Amino acid sequence: MRAADALMECLKNEGVEVVFGLPGGANLPTYDAIYDAGIKHILVRHEAGGGHAAEGYAKATGRVGVAFGTSGPGATNLVTPITDAMLDSVPTVFITGQVRTELIGTDGFQECDTGGITLPVVKHSFIVQNPLEIPRAIHEAFYLARSGRPGPVLVDIPQDLSRADIPYEPVDEIRLPGYQPTIEGNQKQIRLAAKALSNSRRPVIYAGGGVINADGAAELTELCTADRFPVTCTIMGLGGFPAPHEQWLGMLGMHGTRAANYAMDEADLICAVGARFDDRITGKLTEFAPRAKFIHIDVDPAEISKNVPAHIPIVGDARNILPRLTAEYRALETDPSRLDGWWERIRHWREQHPLGYKDSGDSEIKPQFMIEALYEATGGDCILTSDVGQHQMWAAQYFHFDKPRRWINSGGLGTMGFGLPAAMGAQVGCPDSLVCCIAGDGSVQMNAQELATCTEFGIPIKVFIMNNGYLGMVRQWQELFWDGRYSAVDMGRFPDYVKLAEAYGATGLRFEDKATLVSDMREALATEGPVVIDVRVTREENTYPMIPAGQPARDMVG
Amino acid sequence: MAKGCSCVMGEPGTKELVSLEDLQVAGGMHTGRKHILSILVENKPGVLTRVAGLFARRAFNIDTLAVGPTEDPTISRMTITLDGALHPMDQVVKQLHKLINVLKIRDLEPEDTLARELALFKISADAGNRGEVMQIVDIFRAKIVDVSKRSVIVEVTGTDDKVEAFERMVRPFGLVEMARTGEIAISRGRGET
Repeated sequence: MRAADALMECLKNEGVEVVFGLPGGANLPTYDAIYDAGIKHILVRHEAGGGHAAEGYAKATGRVGVAFGTSGPGATNLVTPITDAMLDSVPTVFITGQVRTELIGTDGFQECDTGGITLPVVKHSFIVQNPLEIPRAIHEAFYLARSGRPGPVLVDIPQDLSRADIPYEPVDEIRLPGYQPTIEGNQKQIRLAAKALSNSRRPVIYAGGGVINADGAAELTELCTADRFPVTCTIMGLGGFPAPHEQWLGMLGMHGTRAANYAMDEADLICAVGARFDDRITGKLTEFAPRAKFIHIDVDPAEISKNVPAHIPIVGDARNILPRLTAEYRALETDPSRLDGWWERIRHWREQHPLGYKDSGDSEIKPQFMIEALYEATGGDCILTSDVGQHQMWAAQYFHFDKPRRWINSGGLGTMGFGLPAAMGAQVGCPDSLVCCIAGDGSVQMNAQELATCTEFGIPIKVFIMNNGYLGMVRQWQELFWDGRYSAVDMGRFPDYVKLAEAYGATGLRFEDKATLVSDMREALATEGPVVIDVRVTREENTYPMIPAGQPARDMVG
Repeated sequence: MAKGCSCVMGEPGTKELVSLEDLQVAGGMHTGRKHILSILVENKPGVLTRVAGLFARRAFNIDTLAVGPTEDPTISRMTITLDGALHPMDQVVKQLHKLINVLKIRDLEPEDTLARELALFKISADAGNRGEVMQIVDIFRAKIVDVSKRSVIVEVTGTDDKVEAFERMVRPFGLVEMARTGEIAISRGRGET
């Protein structure tokens, strides 16, 4: 069998139903094979769009997202999505074409060292040198991508090797002696953690994207509600605990709520679940949660004690560990009233510092109001993807996520241009769900070309552009920390997004009036096919509250 | 892992609650001494790049690195030395373990380890002072492997301390060139490294 056809068989065996990609010289055999392989192919307009679509698909469905690219520029265009998938632990497989074996190392046309370029940003990669290796490489790539701490895996296949004739037999066993992820948490450690929780007076449960990846949201909620544990989530963990909820403190970190950040600051015990103490969470590391001891649950042992030393490390999958921790905790029959004082303190912060903004006195749409309007118009019942910047933070603050896999954003790498293609991928994976993208006018232009893909394939995403004519987050920092010198942040008046949408065959709308915004949005949501909505918001509004970079949490401003 | 917890109240399976004050940090500490890591890796293309790349992007500094075959042709051994004052060793080891081609890592205990390196020194020496150089070579149980009118080449094996001491002794004569392999190491006794 031709190796490229064997590749298709492998993909089908892995349950792949859709691939996002763009063909070129070096992956012509792969595209010849997919022509009638019975796998849906979404032809994207830029490989980065395909890569982010694969991520969006993976984040929304929990299945492995797959993207194809050709050699050289096709592969380098995938570097951003690969890195994004690495930092946010997204299960993805990227299959790139490579120049013919005889050309490797000669600086041939469209040749680049794809394996070398992507080496620091993949969970693993397979640089195929023998066509017989292809079935095993594909099988192991999928296994690696979805198991343990998920991540991107690259398979690079030279053009001539994918044309080779190989005997194809399905591979069903894994030969990765150096890879044995720990799933089951240590029972002794779990017991110890339960006791620590039981003896804590000021506990906080701090959950991250690992809970979503492990499909452990229900298990997290069980643990939190086994007592009255206050809960906060990172931006990657939103939806891991059903918000709003009386135990929900809101998101923590740089633009988190004061209640969440102050609770972390004063906690005597922090139980981190699938979170990695990123600098956007800790602020100044030496002054982070100075009174706290740490339980750290993570499937990746290298995350434990990387930034913040853990007192009770538990390596394993959140879904495996959390129910056992809950059971151990319940068995201790701890008196919940010991947390009364702590809740009083938290209630005080909540009352003193609720999330809020000063609404406009006229028809002007405040960006925060726009998010609230979208929440109201959708009833919160949608998958929301986001780009990166102020709109992302406001969405995280003002849109409530009560289920996992509803909030899809680029948290680790902070990739502008992520939202639109990610929405496209999420919609392909969840055809019956409403999928919206909240975009910035800076971000959306970085992958707006995928609107053509959406129209072509009838992918009916609704893209709400929060248009303030600025690279808003950078402008905010220049205002606050760089003496108001607005250097290269004014995006001007172009493009006309209504016309842009129409040029791509989508519907374009523009909303400028606060009074009708919710009903306008409802109408937009009811419009068939992809819709781009240009929402004009206050030009200079800042995202608050905020921990200035490198400062401790208690020095929040705004 | 949680060494600090084993002797305090709140031991798993007992009735006592754990005292938060007694909890101690597990890992993440700097040891302040030199470490020798013996790493078994799959003998596949690109593995050295993956290890070296990991050190580069995590800003870990390698002091020495030696790679060679083992008794099993499918497996290679890398011996890496690093400064435990600069890096939390458990983090280095855990990051290395994340590489799929890394099979086994031993952070060798100094007292149970035999470490050796090979060094070649080209020393300027003529008839006038060659005898003096030869004396030093004798003291260090080194070996002269080449001699010319104006120079000798000396082969030294031993721990890095010994090689460095030899270097200090011969530098005044005029050290023309030096090449060192970096240490390789193996554990004492019958057990596997």
